[in-house]
Amino acid sequence: MGGESEVCLGIPGEVMEIIEDRPDLARVDVSGVRRLINIGLLEGEEVGPGDWILIHVGFALSKIDEGEAKAAMQFLESIGQAYADELTALSGSRIE
Amino acid sequence: MVRFVDEFRDADKAQALAARIAERCEPGREYKLMEVCGGHTHTIYKHGLEDYLPETVTLVHGPGCPVCVIPMGRVDDAMHIAAQPDVIMTSFGDMMRVPGSHGSFLDSKAAGTDIRMVYSPLDALKIAKQNPEKRVVFMAIGFETTAPSTAMTVLRAAADGIDNFSIFCNHVTIIPAIKAILDSPDLRLDGFIGPGHVSTVIGCRPYEFIARGYGKPLVVAGFEPLDILQSIYMIMGQLAEGRCEVDNQYTRVVPWDGNLKALQVINEVMELRPYFEWRGLGFISHSALRVRDAYARFDAERLFDLPGVRVADPKACQCGEVLKGVLKPWECKVFGTACTPETPIGTCMVSPEGACAAYYNFGRFTRTRVMEATRT
Amino acid sequence: MSTVDREQQVLERIDRARRARARVKDERITLAHGAGGKATHSLIEAVFLEAFRNPILEPLEDQAVFSVGGARLAFTTDSYVVRPLFFPGGDIGELAVNGTVNDLAMSGAQPLYLSVGVILEEGFPVADLARVTDSMARAAQAAGVQVVTGDTKVVERGKADGCYLNTTGVGVITHDLRLGAGEARPGDVVLVSGPIGDHGVTIMLARGELDIEADLGSDTAPLADLVQRMLAAAPGVRCMRDATRGGVATILNEIARASEAAVVIDERAIPVRTEVRGASEILGIDPLYVACEGRFVAVVDPANADAALDALRAHPLGAGAAVIGQVKADPPTLVLLKTEFGGTRIVDVLIGDPLPRIC
Repeated sequence: MGGESEVCLGIPGEVMEIIEDRPDLARVDVSGVRRLINIGLLEGEEVGPGDWILIHVGFALSKIDEGEAKAAMQFLESIGQAYADELTALSGSRIE
Repeated sequence: MVRFVDEFRDADKAQALAARIAERCEPGREYKLMEVCGGHTHTIYKHGLEDYLPETVTLVHGPGCPVCVIPMGRVDDAMHIAAQPDVIMTSFGDMMRVPGSHGSFLDSKAAGTDIRMVYSPLDALKIAKQNPEKRVVFMAIGFETTAPSTAMTVLRAAADGIDNFSIFCNHVTIIPAIKAILDSPDLRLDGFIGPGHVSTVIGCRPYEFIARGYGKPLVVAGFEPLDILQSIYMIMGQLAEGRCEVDNQYTRVVPWDGNLKALQVINEVMELRPYFEWRGLGFISHSALRVRDAYARFDAERLFDLPGVRVADPKACQCGEVLKGVLKPWECKVFGTACTPETPIGTCMVSPEGACAAYYNFGRFTRTRVMEATRT
Repeated sequence: MSTVDREQQVLERIDRARRARARVKDERITLAHGAGGKATHSLIEAVFLEAFRNPILEPLEDQAVFSVGGARLAFTTDSYVVRPLFFPGGDIGELAVNGTVNDLAMSGAQPLYLSVGVILEEGFPVADLARVTDSMARAAQAAGVQVVTGDTKVVERGKADGCYLNTTGVGVITHDLRLGAGEARPGDVVLVSGPIGDHGVTIMLARGELDIEADLGSDTAPLADLVQRMLAAAPGVRCMRDATRGGVATILNEIARASEAAVVIDERAIPVRTEVRGASEILGIDPLYVACEGRFVAVVDPANADAALDALRAHPLGAGAAVIGQVKADPPTLVLLKTEFGGTRIVDVLIGDPLPRIC
């Protein structure tokens, strides 16, 4: 199994441009690699350059909500910070 | 720094979450949580997430691997189609080594059949356009995550007037699988880590029966290690507070109501079968999709004469119990001996998302020896 | 017996099965047999080694080493079936010269002479043949070797996909180091000479089947000079292998197995270009298993590791060199990866073939 393809992966990518005569297609960038992605499933949503989308087998399944992503990171950061504070307090108390 | 990926892989935050999870454990109580989705099984093993959890929290691996649940008879049907004259069979990579009664796609390819790996159903459609004298068939597998993409491809084929393209539809739906787990007498679970990408399509509402009817919390989770740890943290929170709800950890991607357009296209092109056989779980009603009459010209099942023989799993194979989470991979009698990633007997060992493959490749060695070796 | 004991028994059974003598159960050759992974090794051991068995062949290194009239020689052969023939960063001709030069270089030899065998398909444009041959000539000059003999065959249309090449090379060894996959010892440092996966991903994208664009080119390059610099600076080198089919993961498994030791690597330390990472994510493949054609792995005595790394980095072909891990005693024959997340996983031998015909 080492090295084999797992195709059911969904990955985030950034929209570079919407194709002129095919508004259901977007050129999307994933870490410097670009591919045409079908964004037909996001019909009804505003999708434009700079937006991030979740890509799966050549289609966009969802638009990534940057606000929610930020909120998620803030939660994780606060937990991380609280934990780090506790550890500091713990090691601080050993110095006495 | 890869956006939306690297931030959710931070080891320090994992430590913090692990500590919080441990705090929410009631002393003396054992917890069993199931992650339904094969992608989650893969992440858990790949990143060694179980090392972060307290001893009392065990993860049970569920049947959410769409390759794993395809019965051998259907693989045989697919190989039969591939062997027809002028057929180009196209498939995702993870299907290539799934064993049927007479070998796998890869074996058939070695014997001369035109079977090609594709990344997207649109690639298969492109092959059809480029080879008008051939009949191109796409092996459509996956849960509701992939079904919309298959459906969109059929709609595009219809719009472009492509008449040499069809799909062999083996899409299955997640809710009946979860229900089969819940109804199984062998399993006592405390909560569920809910599928991430299936939920972008179906939303979070369909899981409500689990909380209301069966009294188990379910938290929809993303695929990065911190996503999974956070969702475990949220489940443990519910259990500690005596709550029982459906919650969403993967809010940056999963909308509560799902993707209406995706559900519409599935419904336009496909309909539920009255019943379908799942490897290891038996026949489940209304659990799989087939092509509607209006799109019959894209339905390989109608275009080709399929043997349609029901083939029982090999006697040695215990995939069914592993898929239900009743057996751990190493508890299967043939794990690692007759059944290895190189010579798989069952689908749990073939698919990169299968519990057996994941365990064999990632979790296999005694955790203590591995931890010793990697300590710097 | 407790659950832990039972699990331990199963794990031990697997371990024994892994070390057992290779057998080929397949009736027909599949693409997996060409991938450089488990199937390839089984085929080599069960079919070729069985038939040809002799002490020079047994080590199954990248080259054969033997003495003739007081001179120590390295001798190797490689065939090239890459598709497409021309790709960003090179072509089949350049690959054919560099690949064989590198297999010689991995023994610390000075590559001297090459032979070239060409199998052409009826209908193949002569202009393309000229292009491939010019590439070979230029690569040979850059590598400091001469093509001194060759052969040409033509097969009917449909039987050779344009052009297949084979190159055989001979070089001379003047050092007296003991090099080999079985020489690694606990405490040794594992180095890689640059970012991995460039070649394999370039080929995959060049096939044009995936509609992916990226700024990537093959990393094909002759490594003999780079290797000599490293050996001069760091005499404590135990083993060198170029990471072609099957990638770095395959090399590390070979070393772990031959040395009966563990190789532990750190995911964060492995150099991978951003585009290779991105393309691998889209394709669902792991760069550790993807072929390179101008990179090698070296296992070095810890006392010389810094000197080795400095020597590599001072050379244009080694600018991206990095320490990626260490050799440990336990668990023997396994390659372990510390994930960027702090967890651990096993990097097993390659099964199947994610990227057929990339070299």
